[in-house]
Amino acid sequence: MMVTVTDLEISRGGRAVLEGVSFVLAPGAALILRGPNGVGKTTLLRTVAGLQPPQAGSISGADDRMAYAGHSDGLKSMLTVAENLSFWAAVFGREDIDAALAAFDLRDLAARLAGSLSAGQKRRLGLARLMVTGRPVWVLDEPTVSLDAASVGLFAAAVRAHLAAGGSALMATHIDLGLEEAAVLDLSAFRAAPRAAQADEAFL
Amino acid sequence: MRALLARDLRLGVRAGGGFGLGLAFFLIVTVLVPFGVGPETALLARIAPGVLWIGALLACLLSLDRILALDWEDGSLDLLATAPLPIEGVVSIKALAHWITTGLPLVLAAPLLGVLLNLAPDGYLWVLVSLAVGTPALSVIGTFGAALTIGLKRGGLLLSLLVLPLYVPTLIFGAEVARRGADGLDVATPLMLLAGISFGAMALLPFASAAVLRINLR
Repeated sequence: MMVTVTDLEISRGGRAVLEGVSFVLAPGAALILRGPNGVGKTTLLRTVAGLQPPQAGSISGADDRMAYAGHSDGLKSMLTVAENLSFWAAVFGREDIDAALAAFDLRDLAARLAGSLSAGQKRRLGLARLMVTGRPVWVLDEPTVSLDAASVGLFAAAVRAHLAAGGSALMATHIDLGLEEAAVLDLSAFRAAPRAAQADEAFL
Repeated sequence: MRALLARDLRLGVRAGGGFGLGLAFFLIVTVLVPFGVGPETALLARIAPGVLWIGALLACLLSLDRILALDWEDGSLDLLATAPLPIEGVVSIKALAHWITTGLPLVLAAPLLGVLLNLAPDGYLWVLVSLAVGTPALSVIGTFGAALTIGLKRGGLLLSLLVLPLYVPTLIFGAEVARRGADGLDVATPLMLLAGISFGAMALLPFASAAVLRINLR
């Protein structure tokens, strides 16, 4: 099943940021969003993830099929790496966390408290969470922040394996992951004309 | 949902989880009251049910801002909102976890602290019963307040101001059950009203909390 975004208009803080955004994300495909800071990448991803409603347009095929990873990893510093992952696996009705630990080189850290990890290690744990969800559509917001080159490699390999298994990925990132097959969508072309959003979004 | 409850309970008892803080606060408040009002045992016995209830209520209030704020700060709440759990379920579980880590210890400790306040012998059972019936309402109403103030910097004081008025009915009937019980009177009417408030809050407020949370997560 494809994720189809049609003529989407989104706003942030009561101001329209993007309009007329349309794309299709087929199984096995990846789409990378680009654009300068503030263009609305995060807002678009949060809208696709269902965290905020669009002003206009429609999104289909993302409900209950996507795993979202935002700027913060949602880790509990007083739980161990394995406990953090097991929790998210259980929330998504799954158990196996071994593959995710292996894919992001976290096996040696499994018994460490998440609070004692470095920023890059936390990020790896946050990305490993995507694998335990078992969801086919990954929605990623700047997934490579604070990762070193080797970890970016691990992440790219994980994304590739996910795509090969029929999953798809929508991500906003500034660095080159070496994913030749990924399409790139530059959001600056969809910038909304400067005007206030019609409705006060707090009351929608 | 069970995983979320297990996680919240585990976080609650680990370092920095705040388990026992409410209980310690309750202990200190009830110990301070006799110092404040003097050693008149008759007076203490008369105010004991009310003091125990206010102490429990304030101790409960103390930990409310932890219910959702911590999950909001580290991004878990966003992720939970995109997980297959309904948000109504998430807030209900959060309230339940809060009650188990904060409310339940208060209920169990209250009769012991009653000794310090010279509570009438008949009152012990009814203090226990009224708190057991009433504290779930405190947790559920508190979760609603926490959902309202989420994302506000230093929302703790605002949270208290919003939630305390909502606690009034629970306090009135809860303290009334405890007072009548201590005086050896019939407690059926206030106890039923207290239970009604608790069950009503448990049934309705998760929907309100979830609606507020959806707006605040935007």
